[in-house]
Amino acid sequence: MTYVVKPKFHHPALPKNSLGFTHRDYEGSVSTLCAGCGHDSISSAIIQACFELDLPPHRIAKMSGIGCSSKTPTYFLGQSHGFNSVHGRMPSVATGASLANRDLIYLGVSGDGDSASIGLGQFAHCLRRGVNMVYIVENNGVYGLTKGQFSATADMGSTSKKGASNNDSPIDMVSMALLLGATYVGRSFSGDKDQLVPLIAGAIRHRGAAFIDVLSPCVTFNNHAGSTKSFDYVREHNEAVNMLDVMIPRETITAQYEPGTLEEVEQHDGSVLRLRKLAADYDPTNRLGAMSYLQERAALGEVVTGLLYIDPGSGDLHDRLKTIDAPLNGLREAELCPGSKAIDAINASLR
Amino acid sequence: MSTRSDRRVAVNDFVIKFANVNGSGSASANRLFVRSIIRMGVPVASRNIFPSNIQGLPTWYEVRVSEAGYAGRRGGVDLMVAMNPQTWDQDLADIDHGGYLFYDSTRPVAPSKFREDINVIGVPLTAICNQHYSDPRQRQLFKNIIYVGVLAELLGIDMAVVEGLIAEQFKGKDKLIPPNIEALHMGRDYAQSELQGATGLRIRHADAVGDKIFLEGNNAAGLGAVYGGATVCAWYPITPSTSLAEAFTRHCQRLRVDKETGKNRFAIVQAEDELSSIGMVIGASWNGARAFTATSGPGISLMQEFIGLAYFAEIPAVLFDVQRGGPSTGMPTRTQQSDVLSAAYASHGDTKHVLLFPEDPRESFEFGALAFDLAERIQTPVFVMLDLDIGMNEWLCKPLTWDDSKTYDRGKVLTAEDLQAGREFGRYLDVDGDGIPYRTFPGTHPNRGAFFTRGTSKNRFAKYSEEGADYVENMQRLLRKFETAKGIVPAPVRKDAAQPTRVGAIYYGSTTPAMHEALEKLASQGIHIDTIRVRAFPFSDEIIDFVLDHDQIFLVEQNRDAQLRTLLINEGALDPARIVPILHYDGTPITARFIIEAIVRQWRALSGAASRDAAE
Repeated sequence: MTYVVKPKFHHPALPKNSLGFTHRDYEGSVSTLCAGCGHDSISSAIIQACFELDLPPHRIAKMSGIGCSSKTPTYFLGQSHGFNSVHGRMPSVATGASLANRDLIYLGVSGDGDSASIGLGQFAHCLRRGVNMVYIVENNGVYGLTKGQFSATADMGSTSKKGASNNDSPIDMVSMALLLGATYVGRSFSGDKDQLVPLIAGAIRHRGAAFIDVLSPCVTFNNHAGSTKSFDYVREHNEAVNMLDVMIPRETITAQYEPGTLEEVEQHDGSVLRLRKLAADYDPTNRLGAMSYLQERAALGEVVTGLLYIDPGSGDLHDRLKTIDAPLNGLREAELCPGSKAIDAINASLR
Repeated sequence: MSTRSDRRVAVNDFVIKFANVNGSGSASANRLFVRSIIRMGVPVASRNIFPSNIQGLPTWYEVRVSEAGYAGRRGGVDLMVAMNPQTWDQDLADIDHGGYLFYDSTRPVAPSKFREDINVIGVPLTAICNQHYSDPRQRQLFKNIIYVGVLAELLGIDMAVVEGLIAEQFKGKDKLIPPNIEALHMGRDYAQSELQGATGLRIRHADAVGDKIFLEGNNAAGLGAVYGGATVCAWYPITPSTSLAEAFTRHCQRLRVDKETGKNRFAIVQAEDELSSIGMVIGASWNGARAFTATSGPGISLMQEFIGLAYFAEIPAVLFDVQRGGPSTGMPTRTQQSDVLSAAYASHGDTKHVLLFPEDPRESFEFGALAFDLAERIQTPVFVMLDLDIGMNEWLCKPLTWDDSKTYDRGKVLTAEDLQAGREFGRYLDVDGDGIPYRTFPGTHPNRGAFFTRGTSKNRFAKYSEEGADYVENMQRLLRKFETAKGIVPAPVRKDAAQPTRVGAIYYGSTTPAMHEALEKLASQGIHIDTIRVRAFPFSDEIIDFVLDHDQIFLVEQNRDAQLRTLLINEGALDPARIVPILHYDGTPITARFIIEAIVRQWRALSGAASRDAAE
């Protein structure tokens, strides 16, 4: 970690977004993670995505559990409220927060210990309920804060820094997310910002449960030969199925790609996801196809990345609960309390 | 079998117990019977005694008819309606000397299976049903109505009242009214022709009900949550709290749907477990909605870690704990007051939580609404401690009231205007000296008032800190806040005896009706006791003073370990010798008989000691 205090000075020439904010306005306090930690790259990608989408930082709520990954919300979006809850329970806290105010953006950050081990149940139920949120798992296959134990996403046969071999089957969060009904599912690599930033931006613009598994090597405990979550291993086995651009309606489309390799998907809010196809036969709107493609490639030892699945017609928990359009936390007595007349009628019915 | 001199004779004061089979449709017939008595102006206390089962196991419905208005269990049975052969022996044994046994005499029962000292009323219910109905389901359902007809006639219940209730019950499904009335009349006619004068028990019109209402505590508490402005409910099914969340749902569907859009001004989620329910409640409350969960002891055990977070991070949360018999799965369908300590000190580390103890369904409504004001004012979890007896039984109680001039107390929340005006904001800064800091909701202001909520220790400005001084200051402020809570929670209800006395009694929750009855009867025996009913924790000074004002205190409660006594001794630094526990914990609701017996025994021991002291 660094002990340098972050200067508040802004270079006057820093580019500004349409809200007049610079990149710096989306930053948080200085990271206390290990130098070179993959998680810091993800924080940086989140900052970039929020900057590019022109989001007012205070309209985002950062939710996390416990662990290295869950500490990161302090390191981005310093003007946003954050909630570092209990281990493995971020999804329920985020669900409650989302119920209270449907107008904010909920950004959940978790890790593989937090979401695949202790919190597997909450991870599952949050996705199947369609909570409108971005759920990022910073996946390094290892418990960092407690010094290097395997997590549930560690591959069978991979070895720890001390040489112990993992004998248990791994949990593939992406396959689970597809099965559980997440309506936006992606996987990326902390070292591939070009892929990760638009993937996060697309997830923010998605209505419903958006899940992104980000392989994020632990430089201290899981970056050695024998690890399947190291920088080298992931780079060698990364098989991207597409590259993404997120276009919001007010912008003119400027990106140019070769014809025949593009696919466009329009989301609920009018934003357009433009996918540059790298695997010609991959259709990200086909959930069953995505599931079998992932399994086939995993059997070949490949780590498939990109936007793996999107349901353009997705809905969220509020739709299912038929809640009013206004945030519930803004309702007042007149809208909530039926008053004494209704009490009289209730009394009369109980005699 | 018995002589007429052995017949119990009583008007508007006796106990009837229905022994049924779970799932046989008896509940609605029994309820019809009870409501008929209430409509005749005679108070009734009714209790379901049921197993953890869907169909087939024994279930009982105990009805105490009491013109005097005693709402506690009396104990004993004057008339047993024995509809369940499985429990025949036990049911027979429960009948008081001179009491009555009502049974289905279609199949002969060996004479050895009866008792000499009770009166037997046999009615061939199955035979009557088989004669009139061919469909087995109809046979079962109408059998229940037929026995109501027989009993109504035997006890002198006004048949027009019963018919009126049937008509109300099936309003909108009008074609069901005539067959039900026909079945009722079948029972009535049989009783008129075959059972003239078979009992000495009578119901007579009276004027002792007034405007009272008959409702369950869970229903009332769910309604209280609607009135208290709850918009988010997250819960996991568990007996005996399930019907609270279901009542909230029902009331919301009727009272909280936006007329124009048809959309809901509420969100109810059946969570995957209790951890998730309380997590959602905390997330929603953190974000400015009024949120609650309903659970029972096992759920409270599961929620411990989250409750500690809410305490330490100072997030409002309302938990309805409908207590049942513990520990472990315990007695899921029986009542106890055995979560007092696990709720008061829930979570690891040093914690204390606000508890409310409603005495009946009416107060469950009142506290159910109040809990949200308290949780937001004090920024902490608030437990409403019902139990199965209050929660799942209909009680006759004073009507619910609501003051339309009342506004919600949202506590200390800084608005965008406050922040814009430059008010200093430290999330854990004690500005007013009452230990309660100010909070902000996410999304309030573009660049002021954001903070990081965490379960780790922090300084006044919500920055992570493991400095001992920061930690201690925060923990001391939390104690100050709890001190403030003392003055806000419902005050205890003190009632002094008619004559000066050095003896006092403390009680709370569902013990109340049995306690009131016991005190009245004890006073008539010359035993005078001052009382105080505890309605909340933290304990106000008035409760501590009450203990200090008396030489001897009886603390009556429904658990094995005298949990409220422990809490009182601990928090009030009181001498344990002053406080004698009177404990009832077999899973049945406490009775006046039990309390009287225990107090008389203690009283004799005390006066014996006093006279020995005097002799020395």
